[in-house]
Amino acid sequence: MSALPIAEVMQETALPEALSESVAARAAIQAPILPRTDVGADPPAVKWLVIAVAAGFLGLFIVLPLVCVFGQAFANGIAAYAAALTDPDTLSAIRLTLIVAAISVAVNTVFGVIGAWAIAKFEFRGKNLLITLIELPFSVSPVIAGLVFVLLFGLQGYLGPWLAGHDVKVIFALPGIALATIFVTFPFVVRELVPLMQQQGTDEEEAALSLGASGLKTFFRVTLPNVKWALLYGVLLCNARAMGEFGAVSVVSGHVRGATNTMPLHVEALYDSYQFAAAFAVSSLLALLALVTLVVKALLETRLAKESRS
Amino acid sequence: MLPGFGLTLGTTLLWLSLIVLIPLGALFVKSAALSADQFIAIVTSRRALHAFALSFGLSLAAACVNLVFGAIVVWALVRYRFPGRRLLDAIVDVPFALPTAVAGIALTALYAPSGWIGGLLAPLGIHVAFTPLGIFVALVFIGLPFVVRTVQPALEDLDAELEEAAASLGAGRCMTVRRVVLPTVVPALLTGFTLAFARAVGEYGSVVFIAGNLPNVSEIAPLLIVIRLQEFRYADASAIAVVMLMASLLFLFLINGLQRWTALHTESGR
Repeated sequence: MSALPIAEVMQETALPEALSESVAARAAIQAPILPRTDVGADPPAVKWLVIAVAAGFLGLFIVLPLVCVFGQAFANGIAAYAAALTDPDTLSAIRLTLIVAAISVAVNTVFGVIGAWAIAKFEFRGKNLLITLIELPFSVSPVIAGLVFVLLFGLQGYLGPWLAGHDVKVIFALPGIALATIFVTFPFVVRELVPLMQQQGTDEEEAALSLGASGLKTFFRVTLPNVKWALLYGVLLCNARAMGEFGAVSVVSGHVRGATNTMPLHVEALYDSYQFAAAFAVSSLLALLALVTLVVKALLETRLAKESRS
Repeated sequence: MLPGFGLTLGTTLLWLSLIVLIPLGALFVKSAALSADQFIAIVTSRRALHAFALSFGLSLAAACVNLVFGAIVVWALVRYRFPGRRLLDAIVDVPFALPTAVAGIALTALYAPSGWIGGLLAPLGIHVAFTPLGIFVALVFIGLPFVVRTVQPALEDLDAELEEAAASLGAGRCMTVRRVVLPTVVPALLTGFTLAFARAVGEYGSVVFIAGNLPNVSEIAPLLIVIRLQEFRYADASAIAVVMLMASLLFLFLINGLQRWTALHTESGR
């Protein structure tokens, strides 16, 4: 990199804590954050036109549907909204969604951490292929994610007759719903951990081991604290997808109201039976979950950015 | 050398095989039970061909719209400072976080003839909900963040000196953008476009409510898989799914290649 842009150097000298570090190093980190409005500035007319088009597009395609969810949820008044949410079938759907999300988040967290350890801390052949295979579920249609488990565990599936003989129900029951959800959320935790753990290297772990700590102790006392925010980030996204998954779960659930319907499936059941306000009432909970997820995600991103800078 | 390599790699491979690879393998085994003629007859039947054409065609159209408007949104977010910029930035992620079924019924309510937008369009003779146009709207909704979140870092990384140099050499603003900015972000634009396209092809939840789901008119390929499953025609469902999966794998390799190209591009640009 050649000469530093003057604005960045000026800003550096204005910050007292910058004295402890080299100006170049800090400027390199801060450069992408600085606004670039000064270089090659567009005419104000162009600027406001671009902003207006961007805001209009996002407003029309994203904000309006979101507003619509809450508007329709209260279309029949607050009493109807409360009644829809306290309906036994709704409560059952909420319970099932929470159970499925808890299972898939727990499973994907454990295996995500194990996978990230293998991928980030060691060099081996075929690593890129392994990463591609782990991210494969993101590219597969959710419907196919459900279909494959029906082919394996359904009554006409490969293991179906054996399972039926042993009175084990996978498809149209909780295990199938959990499996399909684990499939679609498979990459979330690993993909957040691997880049950070690779960047952190193995020096700290090696120091702990040479001081006599066991492998597990090293992991829990050194590695885990170093990646806790990235782990939380992965868990957050994994949870949001697990609670909101529709296509994969729809194929394996069997759609029994009050028994095998998760919240998104219950929304569909209500909508298909023309109980629109109730469908939107349940949807409003899922929309709220999405909004909370985004707020927490923004907070975690700030935290992660701060940590990688310090 | 840290401990646990064999154990963690073994566990990862075993778990990956059990959850992802063996189930996907079952799909190929199931469709391999069909003869080549049967397979071709299923995937080239009028209904299947129409579903593929609809899924791929509308996904392509939606990805194009997302490419253009995504680029505009990125430009506004990266290059300008204005009140509400951070809010606009946060809104982009909503389609990632909002469950697809919720998006589906909300879009349907908006674009139905009695809805806020559908009501405005109906007198003009434009019907969105329950037509292929509705599918297109849903695919635009779910694809947008892919373009924005891929192109945004590339534009942020763009060296301002390049633009200053172009301007000081007498290039006009339009020329600078076209000849300096655009070529550097092309790999990211293509990656975002492919990601949005790939996601749209497999999309189910947000589409089925607004589509109308008429065979040979507004029936997407993932829905045809579900219908064949409900009819217990597992082999038919698997054959269609194999075609979709092969397309997904193709997209995956394309995206991997594009991302390597993007990385190369941003490094050599520095």
